[in-house]
Amino acid sequence: MNATSFRTAKAIEGRMLTFDIGSEAFAIRADCVREILEVPHVTHVPGAPAFVNALINVRGTVAPLTDLRIAFSLDSAKHNEDTRVIVIEELIHETRETIAILADKVNDVCELDGGQVEQAPAIGTRWRPELIEGIGRKGDRFVIVPDIARIMGEYVS
Amino acid sequence: MSGSDPVAAFRVEAFELLDQIENDLLDLGQDLGNRALVDAVFRGLHTLKGSGSMFGFDALASFTHHCETAFDRVRKGQARATAALVGVILSARDQMRALLDETIAPDEAAQAAILAALQAAVADDGAATTAPAADAANVIEDATRLTFRLAPSAMANGNNPLNLLGELRELGATKVCADLSRLPPLDQLVPGECHIGWTMLLPASVTRDDIEDVFMFVMDDMELTLEELEPASAASEIIAVAETGTAAPSQARTPSAPAAESVRVPAERLDELMNRVGELVIAQSRLAQIAAQGGTINEIALRAVSEDIERLSSELRDTTMVLRMMQVGGLFGRFRRLVHDLAQETGKSIEFSTEGETTEVDKTVIERLADPMVHLIRNSCDHGLETAEQRIANGKAGTGQIMITATQTGGEVIITVADDGRGINRDAVRAKAEAQGLIAPDAVLADQDVLQLIFHPGFSTAAQVTNLSGRGVGMDVVKKTIEGLRGTIRMTSVEGQGTRIMLHLPLTLAIVECMLVRVGSGCYAIPLSAVEECLELPASEAAGGKSRSFLDVRGELIPFLRMREAFATDWPAELHQKIVIVGAGDTRVGLVIDQIIGNAQTVIKPLSRFHAGLGTFSGATILGDGTVALILDVGNLLASAQRQSATRAVGEAA
Repeated sequence: MNATSFRTAKAIEGRMLTFDIGSEAFAIRADCVREILEVPHVTHVPGAPAFVNALINVRGTVAPLTDLRIAFSLDSAKHNEDTRVIVIEELIHETRETIAILADKVNDVCELDGGQVEQAPAIGTRWRPELIEGIGRKGDRFVIVPDIARIMGEYVS
Repeated sequence: MSGSDPVAAFRVEAFELLDQIENDLLDLGQDLGNRALVDAVFRGLHTLKGSGSMFGFDALASFTHHCETAFDRVRKGQARATAALVGVILSARDQMRALLDETIAPDEAAQAAILAALQAAVADDGAATTAPAADAANVIEDATRLTFRLAPSAMANGNNPLNLLGELRELGATKVCADLSRLPPLDQLVPGECHIGWTMLLPASVTRDDIEDVFMFVMDDMELTLEELEPASAASEIIAVAETGTAAPSQARTPSAPAAESVRVPAERLDELMNRVGELVIAQSRLAQIAAQGGTINEIALRAVSEDIERLSSELRDTTMVLRMMQVGGLFGRFRRLVHDLAQETGKSIEFSTEGETTEVDKTVIERLADPMVHLIRNSCDHGLETAEQRIANGKAGTGQIMITATQTGGEVIITVADDGRGINRDAVRAKAEAQGLIAPDAVLADQDVLQLIFHPGFSTAAQVTNLSGRGVGMDVVKKTIEGLRGTIRMTSVEGQGTRIMLHLPLTLAIVECMLVRVGSGCYAIPLSAVEECLELPASEAAGGKSRSFLDVRGELIPFLRMREAFATDWPAELHQKIVIVGAGDTRVGLVIDQIIGNAQTVIKPLSRFHAGLGTFSGATILGDGTVALILDVGNLLASAQRQSATRAVGEAA
């Protein structure tokens, strides 16, 4: 049975950076990615929400380090040799912010199968559907495309 | 707009010149007999006129010319400097400023009014009114139009048209326009011949004989026409001439793009900077030499270079920071005019004095300080100072005092705006705050807290809203701006004796000296300017969790915050914890920390919007090892300590 027959599909332009958090695969648009770093020294910010409770130094810029695990209620893993920090630039409430995202493993820059994503199902997922732009496929895996601006926007004061 | 644009450069200079003229005029207003000041104003006007016409600001040049002419009479002793004259020239100066700004359409009517007032001011004196000052107004009322064209051979015969034009100017010629219609194409141009004709307006008082005297030696073969203009047509003529003469070039100029910022830097400071850079290049080449050495590295040489570079970079930093520093005198100068105008508007007699003009503050601070200070000074003039009658009735001198001072203490500059007016009426503030629901009717407030109420948005105690202030939009904006500059506001006010508002501002915005401390596993920075002393936490207090958190420091009870609890760290606590006492003014609070690491120069990085709302931190900085450290927001900590002592006071009262 073809899944797209009963859920709206949406084309997603351009190449995507795929990465893993826990057992899930995520993808974000490659053109907003500035660089990918090994985990640098992380400074904890007391009192900040768990999603964004750390800062790192990205070439002289102090960037907030965000943890999508909190937004998607995934289990937290220990940092290991595959752990990376993805530095992105994203418009959040009309201002460009440099933000770092913690990833357990960075996989690939590629196009999603068929160049499209499907709308997240309203039931059957643990996650709030509005935080997800869509779910695509890469090979035999489902890939979640998070709505970064939306997620980050919830934490901006 | 590029830096080399001569018109932009002229405009910058002209603005400075106008500021100088304004200052001299205000000084002159205090000391009407001062010849040196009269000369200074005259020179200023003269320079402005000359360079104005050079850069095509013809309207400005001709307008300034009239002011200059009038002032020349004062200089020559034909008229006396009066307060009225100073007032008129001050308003003329504003008009000149408007003429410099090409986005504002020239207001001919206002100019005419100023010129008429100017004439009245110099004529009133009773001195013989002769040509120049009278001309100024006559030009507007009625005029003669002179058109002339010299014979082509005039210059070959040794006549210089410039001399003729100079003589005509002395007769009071205005709106001089060159007629280029007979200028031949370049290939037919004979450089020795005069191809240009001129048109100008002359005052009606100039007779035909006067004009013929000018042209006495060139009369042969020249064309000369004189037309009497009707008063009404003269006015429109002036506008028409003004349009052909000045509107065209102003259209050619690009519409106002925001002018590129520029800073004037004394040359020796640049030399100093260059010297440092030179030394740095040498140190770098020594470093390269050491790196290129094969085999073992000479550790001593390496250390020497490292020390040199350390010294140089700190010197470079200081030199560069100094480039950004500007004296507050320029800022204070602007307020003299403000007070002068406010005194006239309110009918109060106000004496304005400044102190510490040479204190230097970061350029950004100066720029952003102007608006809040205008608010404060307006408040002082309008609400603070009483009228002369009220003052005398209260046994004070009739003239109110407003004083601005700047002083530098440590890493802070304190700018004080003080008046000797009626002071702040606490009861009125309370009543107003209660009426607006800001405080409960029976709330117990410390005196400082009552005073701080006036910084609340929408708060204004003036029963009547005046043109000057009292709209309730002032003080909260002041507070926001000062806090935006990482500064604080303190105020003292004695009813019947005056109000003193102190703006505590950081010397520079970019770099602060910080004390680095460790709390749990994290390293935090505390601005050194706020640190008062460091103590060891007494063993009796070391065990946390006690309700009481006050420390007796030489008889003074100081509240303290346990940063380990505030930051919820689970690292094992240091055996001997320390207390860093931070404070501003009378408010002090102790911060219990694990370890003092040392001092460091830190470059402040703003926090992202994710963390800006936390309040605990004012920024972040990158330490020498590349890690990020958070900078504690001392103002916020003090506020929370104040809340703590307030709850304690309430607890004791209960």
